[in-house]
Amino acid sequence: MSLDPSYLEYPKRGRGMDHAYYPYSNLFGRKPVSWPDDKKLLIWPVISLEYFPMMPDDDPFRAPGHMQTAYPDYRHYTAREYGTRIGIYRLLDAFEKVRAKVSVATNSVMAERYPELIEDILSGGHEIIAHSTDMNGTIAGGMDEADEKALINAALTTLEEATGKRPRGWLSIARSQSFKTAKLLAEAGVEYMCDWANDELPYRFKTDAGTITNIPLNHELSDRQIINVQQHSVDSYAQQIRDAADWLLAEAESYGGRMLPMHLTPYIMGLPYRISGFEKLIASFAEHNDIGFARGDAILNSWKAQQ
Amino acid sequence: MSEAQNSDPGLYDYLPYRGRPKIEWPEGKTCAVWVAPNLEFYELDPAVNPHRKSWVKPHPDVVGYSHRDHANRVSHWRMAEMMTKHGFPGSVSLSVALCDHIPEVVEDANQRGWEFFSHGIYNTRYSYGMDEAQERAIIEDSIETVQRSTGQRIRGWLAPALTHTPRTLDLLAEYGMDYTCDLYHDDQPTDVKVKSGRLTAIPYSLEVNDHYGFFIYNMSPTEYADTLIRQYNRLAEEGEQSGTVMCIPLHSYLIGQPHRIGPFEAVLEHIAGDGRAWISRAGDIVDAFRKQTGGAS
Repeated sequence: MSLDPSYLEYPKRGRGMDHAYYPYSNLFGRKPVSWPDDKKLLIWPVISLEYFPMMPDDDPFRAPGHMQTAYPDYRHYTAREYGTRIGIYRLLDAFEKVRAKVSVATNSVMAERYPELIEDILSGGHEIIAHSTDMNGTIAGGMDEADEKALINAALTTLEEATGKRPRGWLSIARSQSFKTAKLLAEAGVEYMCDWANDELPYRFKTDAGTITNIPLNHELSDRQIINVQQHSVDSYAQQIRDAADWLLAEAESYGGRMLPMHLTPYIMGLPYRISGFEKLIASFAEHNDIGFARGDAILNSWKAQQ
Repeated sequence: MSEAQNSDPGLYDYLPYRGRPKIEWPEGKTCAVWVAPNLEFYELDPAVNPHRKSWVKPHPDVVGYSHRDHANRVSHWRMAEMMTKHGFPGSVSLSVALCDHIPEVVEDANQRGWEFFSHGIYNTRYSYGMDEAQERAIIEDSIETVQRSTGQRIRGWLAPALTHTPRTLDLLAEYGMDYTCDLYHDDQPTDVKVKSGRLTAIPYSLEVNDHYGFFIYNMSPTEYADTLIRQYNRLAEEGEQSGTVMCIPLHSYLIGQPHRIGPFEAVLEHIAGDGRAWISRAGDIVDAFRKQTGGAS
């Protein structure tokens, strides 16, 4: 049987994107952005702070890094917990050493389970952004809208109560959204999301509930992608981040300020044999006059003020 | 599918590498090098082909879509500038709907002197299951769309997402296409057995495709660059005896990422500086091959 004739109909084939979320824009044709303190490149560290319940949920999908063996999967449960007990502190210490302020994408259940960790993050001057409820709180197309809305609001409200401040930013698990996620985030008062990786500067994203900013968090440069998925060493990771920084600094000479997301996972980068390579990397950035570190909200404020 | 299915598609005769007549490239060059950027458009919510899913995840696949959209907003411009800087034209495998969606990218490639061939309408629409009328419709659409937006008559084909029917190659030849990039059996051009006309298979490459490099073999940017240099060095050396073709198939959303474009520059510098490469376009390579082989080879 041949294909349904509708397969050769293209109702959205026309100028621009095939959706109404954002218009086409060429990065190299935009008005140049200037960053505070004349920095040419802002490194945006985002640490994912995750809690994996021992009972994984496959609806709508199982989160990356989740349990893998038959119950009880002590192996992965405790290896992930290493990240929240040890790895996160190695990362926080590393950033404190270079006086960098970072964004921490936090499952809201963290605030209930480990309030002292949340306190340490806040007192270090870091930003907490919302990262769902726990690692069973995944979102995908086809999800019931009311359920998704409840999940988003539960995460935001719990973090607001625990920290005294509603998070301004949101990162979905595995950056996975439904067609409604951006609208629900805007409705819930979220100012920026980090899920769409199509750009290298913030841009406006339209929803039926108003505008939200997307600050792209490059997934290919995450420690999970390079070290865990592609199985490279931390030295190769560091080389790739350095190459990216060098390239973006050179572009900044002609095109204005650039940003480089640095997405980190405590149970991956916070291991003893990796952390010193990472410390060396950020120390070299800290010594560079044209490079600064910034939280997501600072990037948002600076970018918005120039639009 | 209703077509007869054959275990041996009978596309060409066996021709062992040893003892072949040599192919001569212009100016005594030993290896014809062509760069094939894929300029693509993927749909956020495409129609469903029963034979293959467009996205692994439920729509919208935010990471899959936005990663590829990076090409048109950011990384095409980086990749194209780098190719021009080192004297490499592109032979573009084009999702022809890009002419409608983002004409800026197509115009940019056209102005750089790049050649276009079709990679289907969208890279999210597959040929699997098409009847002959449907397949003719996408070929005619490709010819007309590219002609209208670039003034170029397409001469070649890389099937959308590498999806074919058993009649695809015959149809391409019937419509006057000169080359296909869909067969990976050789390091030299080969004529394909078609019902009418003449169709030449030009070596493309899965193995040194940046997608394979980064997502099948999980290479770092420097490992990938080293792979391309080794591939080139070997082909340029063997080409003294045989006359070889090296294709570098690229996706800007991969090679144009900030951590990869710097290391990639070393490859273009190496090939451009070596002296044995005929840096060319797919159609020119096919023309040079045909001039020497006369009729069917």
